[in-house]
Amino acid sequence: MPVISVRNLVKTYTVGEVVVRALRGCDLDVEAGEFVAVTGPSGSGKSTLMHILGCLDRPTSGQYFLDGKDVSRMSKDELAAVRNRQIGFVFQGFNLLSRTSALDNVELPLLYNGGSKLKAAERHKRAMDALTIVGLADRFHHHPNQLSGGQQQRVAIARSLINAPSIILADEPTGNLDTRTSIEVMGIFQRLNKERGITIILITHEADIAEYGTRLVRFRDGRIQADQKILRRRDAEEELAALPPPEDDEAVMEAHPPAAEHGGAA
Amino acid sequence: MSIIMTLRIALKALNRNKMRTVLTMLGMIIGVGAVIAMVGLGRGAQTTIEEQVKSAGTNMININAGNYSFGGVRQGQGMSNTLMPEDAEALRFVPGVQYVAAGANSRGQVIAGNQNWNTRIEGTDVDFPFIRNWQPKYGSFFTPQDVRTAQKVAVLGSIVSDTLFGPEVDPTGEIIRIRNQPFKVIGVMSTRGQSAMGQDQDDIVFTPYTTVMKKLQGQQHINNITVSATTPETAPVAEAIRETLRIRHKLSGSDPDDFMVRTLEDMASLRTETTKTMTTLLAAIAGVSLLVGGIGIMNIMLVSVTERTREIGLRLAIGARSRDVLLQFLVEAIVISLFGGLIGIGLGFVLSDVMERTLQWPTDIPSNAIGMAFGFAAATGVFFGFYPARKAARLDPIEALRFE
Repeated sequence: MPVISVRNLVKTYTVGEVVVRALRGCDLDVEAGEFVAVTGPSGSGKSTLMHILGCLDRPTSGQYFLDGKDVSRMSKDELAAVRNRQIGFVFQGFNLLSRTSALDNVELPLLYNGGSKLKAAERHKRAMDALTIVGLADRFHHHPNQLSGGQQQRVAIARSLINAPSIILADEPTGNLDTRTSIEVMGIFQRLNKERGITIILITHEADIAEYGTRLVRFRDGRIQADQKILRRRDAEEELAALPPPEDDEAVMEAHPPAAEHGGAA
Repeated sequence: MSIIMTLRIALKALNRNKMRTVLTMLGMIIGVGAVIAMVGLGRGAQTTIEEQVKSAGTNMININAGNYSFGGVRQGQGMSNTLMPEDAEALRFVPGVQYVAAGANSRGQVIAGNQNWNTRIEGTDVDFPFIRNWQPKYGSFFTPQDVRTAQKVAVLGSIVSDTLFGPEVDPTGEIIRIRNQPFKVIGVMSTRGQSAMGQDQDDIVFTPYTTVMKKLQGQQHINNITVSATTPETAPVAEAIRETLRIRHKLSGSDPDDFMVRTLEDMASLRTETTKTMTTLLAAIAGVSLLVGGIGIMNIMLVSVTERTREIGLRLAIGARSRDVLLQFLVEAIVISLFGGLIGIGLGFVLSDVMERTLQWPTDIPSNAIGMAFGFAAATGVFFGFYPARKAARLDPIEALRFE
C-alpha cells in the first residue's frame, strides 16, 4: 500500500477576480521508502501539491490518502494532529524560533503532541537524540543566530524528525544554502531515507538537487508532466568525500558566528 | 497542550521582548494603582465621617418641630410651634430612652466689655452634656434649678469664649449681655471642632431652654428635643417616640407627622452618600486609565501577532491547533495584565501612603478592593487579549509561513 495516494486532485482559488487553477487533476502514488523529487517552474502547482500533501490545505476536489486514510475531508483539528504525528516539515527559510535554543526548537512539535504528558527529561532526551542524528550533538544550547545556515537547517531537520513521522516534506531546503552545505543537507536526507526508511518528498527547482532522489516528478501548468525513475542518482556522501576538507568554511563559521540575517522565523 | 506548558511558552515569548512587555505593563500598573489609591481615598473620607458621627454623641435621636412634608404654610425646620415642653417630659417615659433635653434656639449679638460676637444661642436642658458626651472645661453646666426658674446663666462655646475674653482665659463669673440682657457666665465647654454636618460646634452659647423661651424669644413652644437611647439600636426607640408624639398631638391615621424624628445614622447617611458618590466618581476616572491600559495591551498584542506571523505559521504547520495558538496569545495578554495588576496594587498602596503623609488625607484601602482590582486586571487581559489572539488563531498556515 502506498504511503501517499492522490486521485484526480484539483485545487482552484480566486485571487481578486482571477480564478487560479493551481492543480488541474493529478494522480500520484508514493510508496514507503521512496525519495521523490518534485520539480517544475514557479506557478506549475508543485507548491500547491506540497501544501495539500502536508495537510496545510484541502483540495477543491479529488482524494488524498495518507497511510490509507482519506485526509482530504478531515477537520482542521484532525489535520493538525496528522501534521504533528505523520509529517515532518523542512522549509527553505528554516523557520526556527529566534532567541530559543536548538534543543527547545527541536522539542517544539512535542508540545503539541500530548507532549505535556511526557516528562521534561524525556522530551530533552528525544530532542538530543534527534540533534545527534543530524550531527549537532555539540550544539544543543546554541541559539539560531549562533549557528550557520547549514546548521540551522539541520536543527530544522531534527525538529521534523522528533515525532517519528512517516514522511518528510522538504520545500526548497537548499534554497538558502551554498553548494557544500546543500550537499551536506542532501546527505542527511539520503541517510534518513536509506537507514530509517523515511519517505521524503523534496520540492526543488534546481535540477541537480533533484538528482539526489530516487524518482523525479515534473510539474507543468497544474499537471504532472513527467514521472520517472532517476537513473544516475547522485550520492551526497561520495561527493563530500571527494571535496576538499571543509577546514576553511566551518572553522570561519565557528570563530565568527553569522548574524541573525541567516534566517529563522520570528 | 497543558496550561502550564502554555504559560511557559507565554513567559518565554514575553521575556524575548522585555522592554515592550514592561511598557505595556505600565499601562496596567498605572490604571490599577490609580483605582486602588482613589478607592482608598474615598474610603478614608468615609471612615472620618463615621468617626465624627460617633463623637457627636452615641445613640442620639433628634426630634424637630414641623416636617418637610407638612402641608399648608410651610415653615423652616424647628420653626413650627407644635412641640411643647410637656412633649419632652413625656418622652422620658418611653422605653429605651435614657436622656431627654428640650431645645429652644435663638441667635443674637453677645457682648462682653468692648467685644461682641453674633452667635447661636441654644437653649437646652441639663441632660445635654450626657447626650452629647460633652463636658465643660471651665465652670459647670447649669442645674435643674436654673432650668425651672429660667435663670439668665450661660455656658459658652470655646470660640465664643476665646472671642470675647481671649484664649486660655476662664471667664466664669463674668457678665455678658445677650440681646441687651445680662447673663452670668457659669462655664465654658471643651473644644469640639466640626460636626458631621460641617458646622462649627464651638461657635455657640448654651442657656436653659426655659430662658430662651421666656426671656429671649417669648414663645410657648420648644424647637427641638434631643434624646439618647439606652442602646445603639436607635431605630425602634425612634419609632416609639414617634408613636408617643402622634398620640400626644392627637394625630389620626392619615394625618402626617407635625414633627420629624431622626437618628444619628439618618443624619450621617446623607454625608456618607455624598462621599460614596465622590468615591465612585474618582474610581470611575481612574477606571478610564485602566481602560487605556487595556487598549495598550490590545495594541501591543496586535503588533506582536503581526510580527510573529511566521512563528504562528510554523506552530500551525508542526501541529498546533487553532485553539493552542489562541490560548498562547491570550495567556500572554493575561500574564501582562495580571503582573501589571499586582504591581499596580503595590503602587496604589504607595500612592495612598504618600497622600496620607504629605497631604494629610486619610486613606483606607478596603481588602475587597484589592481582589476587585486584581479581578478587573485579569478581565482586562482576557477582554483586550481575545481579539489579537483570535486573529492569530485564524491565520492560514500557508499565508503565515510565506509572510515576510
